[in-house]
Amino acid sequence: MSDFKLAPKVYDSPDMEPIRAGFGRGLKHAGELDERVVALCADLTGSVQMDKFAEAFPERFIEVGIAEQNLVTVASGLARAGKIPFTASYAAFSPGRNWEQIKTTAALNDQPVKIVGGHAGLNTGPDGATHQMLEDIALMRVMPNMVVICPGDSVEAEKATLAIAKNGKPSYIRLARDKTPVFSTVDSPFEIGKAYVLKEGKDVTLCGTGTMTYELLVAAEILKKHKIDAEVVHVPTIKPLDEATLLKSVQKTGRVVTAEEAQIAGGLGGAVAECLGEHLPVPVKRLGVMDRYGESGTPREVIEQFGLDGKALAHKIQQFVEKVPQYKKGY
Amino acid sequence: MSGRLTNKQLEEKANTIRKDIIRMLEEAGSGHSAGPLGLADLVTTLYFDVMNLDPKNPEWDGRDFFFLSNGHCVPVQYAVMAERGFFPKEELMTLRKWGSRLQGHPERTKLQGLENTSGPLGSGLSQAAGVAYSLQYLDHDNHRFVYCVTGDGELDEGNIWEAAMFAGKYKLSQLVVFVDRNNIQIDGNTEDVMPLEDLAGKWKSFGWHVQEIDGHNIESIQDAVGMAKAIEHRPSVIITHTIPGKGVDFMEYDYHWHGMPPNHEQAKEALHELRTLRGKIKGEHE
Repeated sequence: MSDFKLAPKVYDSPDMEPIRAGFGRGLKHAGELDERVVALCADLTGSVQMDKFAEAFPERFIEVGIAEQNLVTVASGLARAGKIPFTASYAAFSPGRNWEQIKTTAALNDQPVKIVGGHAGLNTGPDGATHQMLEDIALMRVMPNMVVICPGDSVEAEKATLAIAKNGKPSYIRLARDKTPVFSTVDSPFEIGKAYVLKEGKDVTLCGTGTMTYELLVAAEILKKHKIDAEVVHVPTIKPLDEATLLKSVQKTGRVVTAEEAQIAGGLGGAVAECLGEHLPVPVKRLGVMDRYGESGTPREVIEQFGLDGKALAHKIQQFVEKVPQYKKGY
Repeated sequence: MSGRLTNKQLEEKANTIRKDIIRMLEEAGSGHSAGPLGLADLVTTLYFDVMNLDPKNPEWDGRDFFFLSNGHCVPVQYAVMAERGFFPKEELMTLRKWGSRLQGHPERTKLQGLENTSGPLGSGLSQAAGVAYSLQYLDHDNHRFVYCVTGDGELDEGNIWEAAMFAGKYKLSQLVVFVDRNNIQIDGNTEDVMPLEDLAGKWKSFGWHVQEIDGHNIESIQDAVGMAKAIEHRPSVIITHTIPGKGVDFMEYDYHWHGMPPNHEQAKEALHELRTLRGKIKGEHE
């Protein structure tokens, strides 16, 4: 069991805050700690919460306008000049529009450019499919040298932002727009490349990333009533994947369900299935967005319509557990 | 910087570079001929006369920066860097081969002295602008300059004009860009593929100081750089008119040579032309 303590009242009345707010605090803090940290934005400063940094360090804030290709390539140049550039836009545009520039000038070029993808996932709600970025995890995960982080809540986003400011690597951080429950605390551990067991169990491992981790915690509570003892593993770093923690859990439970607010193809589900396929071929059920685009609606409506709220997840997990036996040696 | 070369010596260096380019490309069996030959005078002048650099300490923190935005022209940069002492000249013959530091398109992490990784067009100017921004606004170091070479066909890319707007907005006066105006790209002449004119007017309207020069006249290059460095509160672009395939009769002006290397016979003929300066010199040593 990791020393990851859940926030008090997490199931009853959790604190609610947008994940992006944690990024805003983390970036300002990173700027205080290291004067090499600079921030670039593509006309979405308030929306991606770069305004705190911009107010504190106006001389280190660079507005590039609505030009995502220029956003990351100018950042690559700043990195060449010894800076630690954070670039922010909506994930639909960065990395959605400028993937090649990120690959060539940040990743292949191995410069510590930070790509901040705001408004990622279905949680973007009313803006609809064009703005609900669902392919970013897959896009960024296939890129050598790139670190991919999808924080579970705003408190963790703050820590993740500070961590990537120091890691010396090109890094992607995925942020959600709408308020979501804060399940971690300031004392919860966060380390790039680590997954955390939030709740122990023996019947099935539930792997979540981003906002889905909280929904899995809720699902696990519902599953208890059906006498299913689920282990919940939070996977904030999708690349590099914490294979050791995943395999240790799965050796015990023999079954895995993944959940993410993204396309399951190439996403967390893809990463987990690839790892288990090679090391421990247990049954895997991937939950997320199944090869379709999003739609307008309130964030909660969209999440529910896609069957990704705790209750719907619990139902699907229950069906999976009842139908598919646990993996045993000699299976 | 040790003893400066005369312009006559720079011309001779550029001719040496052209011969190296032909040999490299023949040996590699693939790569781009026209652009690198056309850029030989410019890149030679930059590395041997204009830029502050230290080949023995490529990361020297007082250096000027050179960004090649049109990465496919890198044979000219490799040849000039070797001639300047960044690495042994023998290594030029490893271009595009397995295990070589001289990748088909330049990779910063493979070869010290390269400032960027490029090939996909349109991004080098932004990277140069990022360094220029840092020097001007973050490091407050106004003694160093950032030189960037772009192709003309490359200007079809939207990323270029995003960078042009950015550099204009921030008045990046330590940024000096050369557009290699050789009028060719893979599918034909630039004005047929996607017209660029009024090219000077375009840059001017983005807030740049614009000059046009003969890219084979070393004194013109030097003068234009001097002017660009003197201009304040604006980035500088120098539209550098060059002849694609310069120095080799059968390659000059022909867009088919954009992305082709010479075969053995063609290389022999090209080297003969370059050695004799097209018959001006009689006693050729093979």
